Amino acid sequence: MAVQFQTSASAEPTHQNINDFSLMVATKNGSGSQTSNEVLIRSLFRMGIPVGGKNLFPSNIKGLPTWYTIRASKDGFTGRHDTTEVAVVMNELTAAEDIQNLLPGGVCIIPREWKWGHRREDITYYEIPVKETVVAANIPADFRDRIANMVYVGACASLFGIPMPIIREALLGTFGGKEKPAALNYGVAEMAFNWAQENLVKSDPFVFEAMDETAGKILITGNEAAALGSLFGGVTVVAWYPITPSTSLVDGILDHRALRNDPDTGEGTVAIVQAEDELAAIGMIVGAGWAGARSMTATSGPGISLMAEFSGLAYFAEIPCVIWDVTRTGPSTGLPTRTSQGDLLFVYVLGHGDTRQVILLPGSVAECFEFGWRAFDVAEGLQTPIFVLSDLDLGMNIWMSEPFQYPDEPIKRGKTLNKEQLEDFIAEHGEWGRYKDYDRDGVTYRTLPGTDHPRAAYFTRGTGHNEKAIYSERKDDWVANLHRLNLKLENARAMLPQPVVQTMPGAKIGIISYGSNDEAIVEARALLAADGIATDYLRIRALPVARSVYDFVTQHERVYVLENNFDGQMAQILRMEIADDTRHMVSLALGDTLPMTAQWAINEILRHERQN
Amino acid sequence: MPNTLGLERADYKGSPSTLCPGCGHDSISNQIISVAFDANLPMHRVIKLSGIGCSSKTPAYFLGKSHGFNALHGRMPSIATGATVANNELIAVAVSGDGDTGAIGFGQFKHLVRRNVPMVYIIENNGVYGLTKGQFSATSDEGQRVKYYGLNEFPAIDLCLEAIVAGATFVARSFSGDSKQVQALLKAALAHRGTAVLDIISPCVTFNNAPESTKSYPYGKEHQIALHEYDFIPAGWVEPREEITADYAEGTEIEVELYDGSIIRLKKLDEGHDPRNRMEALRVLDDASQDQKFITGLIYYEEPRPVLNDLLKVTSTPLSHLEAEKLRPSKEALDRLMQGYK
Repeated sequence: MAVQFQTSASAEPTHQNINDFSLMVATKNGSGSQTSNEVLIRSLFRMGIPVGGKNLFPSNIKGLPTWYTIRASKDGFTGRHDTTEVAVVMNELTAAEDIQNLLPGGVCIIPREWKWGHRREDITYYEIPVKETVVAANIPADFRDRIANMVYVGACASLFGIPMPIIREALLGTFGGKEKPAALNYGVAEMAFNWAQENLVKSDPFVFEAMDETAGKILITGNEAAALGSLFGGVTVVAWYPITPSTSLVDGILDHRALRNDPDTGEGTVAIVQAEDELAAIGMIVGAGWAGARSMTATSGPGISLMAEFSGLAYFAEIPCVIWDVTRTGPSTGLPTRTSQGDLLFVYVLGHGDTRQVILLPGSVAECFEFGWRAFDVAEGLQTPIFVLSDLDLGMNIWMSEPFQYPDEPIKRGKTLNKEQLEDFIAEHGEWGRYKDYDRDGVTYRTLPGTDHPRAAYFTRGTGHNEKAIYSERKDDWVANLHRLNLKLENARAMLPQPVVQTMPGAKIGIISYGSNDEAIVEARALLAADGIATDYLRIRALPVARSVYDFVTQHERVYVLENNFDGQMAQILRMEIADDTRHMVSLALGDTLPMTAQWAINEILRHERQN
Repeated sequence: MPNTLGLERADYKGSPSTLCPGCGHDSISNQIISVAFDANLPMHRVIKLSGIGCSSKTPAYFLGKSHGFNALHGRMPSIATGATVANNELIAVAVSGDGDTGAIGFGQFKHLVRRNVPMVYIIENNGVYGLTKGQFSATSDEGQRVKYYGLNEFPAIDLCLEAIVAGATFVARSFSGDSKQVQALLKAALAHRGTAVLDIISPCVTFNNAPESTKSYPYGKEHQIALHEYDFIPAGWVEPREEITADYAEGTEIEVELYDGSIIRLKKLDEGHDPRNRMEALRVLDDASQDQKFITGLIYYEEPRPVLNDLLKVTSTPLSHLEAEKLRPSKEALDRLMQGYK
């Protein structure tokens, strides 16, 4: 099969490219370019153009190279794109490579004072006076370096057609409505805009034009969405240790915790403790969950490693808590500022011995919000730790979304007996055993410390215990307990968020994926369909997987499991779980430290299709 | 005679101990039972916490009507932190050992003390790993020799010193063979608001009871130097206070009023130590270490500083018991919020 896919860039300067290209800004970390880039992305969003932003930044406070790519897509595909059409080159150290990577017909915007020269003849250069503009703007010395970035904002506005009033609005939004810094920045952007209008002759095809595709939508990062979800889910105790890329999740809770202030008294209801390490962080949330709080932490791979022992204890002692793993590239310290789905297998069996953890897999910022609140209901419902696996791409990048839906279910606290309920329970059953399966669903009844009833107390332990929570080394107690835990996990399959399935008529190819890959898969399927290749798509949203995943695998001629880790971890889990023949299931694992692209997905699928 | 809650002392017991007969830890469990009975402790409000080791098994052996959590090795402090943040009405009584606190859990111990998590933190310190059969611990004597592991060449960590340095406001050392002193210090620790650290030398009769070991019964009985004699006067119990005062010569006694209004009165003995002086407390511990003296008593006490819960900017209602309507903001709040992201 030979299918050619066009890159979205048009190399022909005579054809305009409207709202279908990527603009990349190369700067140095800590130079303040985040503000400028945010202003650009917010401006396009305000113009009604579907837009996505990917920040490729170093593990460094100041000085190392950083790239921010904004993709405008009239068709609504805002995932990462393999190629760049417009490069704003502001870092001399990477300039040669940044220019080299441009597609033929691309655009390079570069400071005039560098006198870089025009070594490529197949691209358009625009030289802009960064230094002069800043000097002329008479900016206080302290702000000069940071505000210099507004020069390229003004130049881009002029070259590609972003109205300056929209830049002004976006600046106000970025600065939270503060007029003074917005005005300072705007002044520089406007000078650059005016200079570009007078001095640059547009000779490239790339244009932004207002559309109506973002009305009512929001722009937000997954971590902030998760923070809001947690607050709407009733989190009461947060314990954490800072680690990229999860830090902004807890920062989001700190920023918005006032949402949960008691309306009657104004008092806070969310305790946040910065622990001495991740081991203590999870210990605190296990202690808090045991005592009846809705507790959570947020971390990334190295923190998950430290949480292994407590995760096993919480699983075995059946203590609810929520752990967000905003995954980055490992093993070890790995690449702390690059994305990955490499913790999946480790987290699934986190803990020594026969441990199996429940995992939620949000695939969008809206699901970060939804799973943010839902995770607590699931944790208390199943009395087990709930891991929510997001990743750096979903967590830290800005995504477009419909506004979040208010929780459609009331808060559910699970099988927790207060004093009166315990009294009734004992009246009905003649007893109460903490780990006795009265409902035959694997989930037992718990009491909280502080319950004023002489029979409420029990002893929580990680050691072997019987139904009454008494220490036991009897093998039948041990085996019965593990059978019950197994039943609980089996029942969880139906209770957890079910897979999302999208089909096309006559599709013989099944695609399975999860998490932040969704954008790339959706785009890849559309492009494949345009070339006559129909696919069905199942997005897994939780582990252990639902029954429908088994059916999807067995009912397709060929199944591709696409994921962003090196070892194909979801494919391994599916092979472990599916008893039937899975030789028709192919693992397509990326794991190259960057968000998945549609082009990669298409190339990989076609490579294997050709072999059939 | 029952206490004011109508409970007998036997009601405060737990399951039978599975430790070696004669273990110092069992004696401490007994003092906890007696003190809880005397102090009319409401068992449903107590949480018993521990890590891993012989000492950490003991919460099963006292206060059977209290919730207990036998956690991970060295990680009880984080459980205690989370549980007391979740429910500030709980009375946390924790038992740890010298391995649990001085080695694997040293970091968590220091950070718990630094945060001033309100609790009684008992270390049953026997200078040896019992459950794994006789290895040296971080508090074993320097120069001590045992048959299998040979010579301990490392200096002992003084857990009281470490607690004071970390910011503890109540630090005491005792000897499990001195039940009267253990009881007085336990009562005072329960009345303290903040982390009260009790480092109780508690001999291991199986692995570390040779007379030359500073953690043995023979050594403790012969060498213990009590810094004070104690009278613990529960809050509101005014009358005997004045009677007892008359017994002491002027200048030899110190009264410390605890958070709940109860008083611990210290009658200075030969060492003449004033526990309200931090540098003195550090000096007393260091001198005792240099001179190989086994001093016991209330080593350091200061006016309670805010406990962790005071600093978290949250309601005084236990977070664990907030009603559902306090846990979820309104739909209008979400809609307003969403406007800001448009």
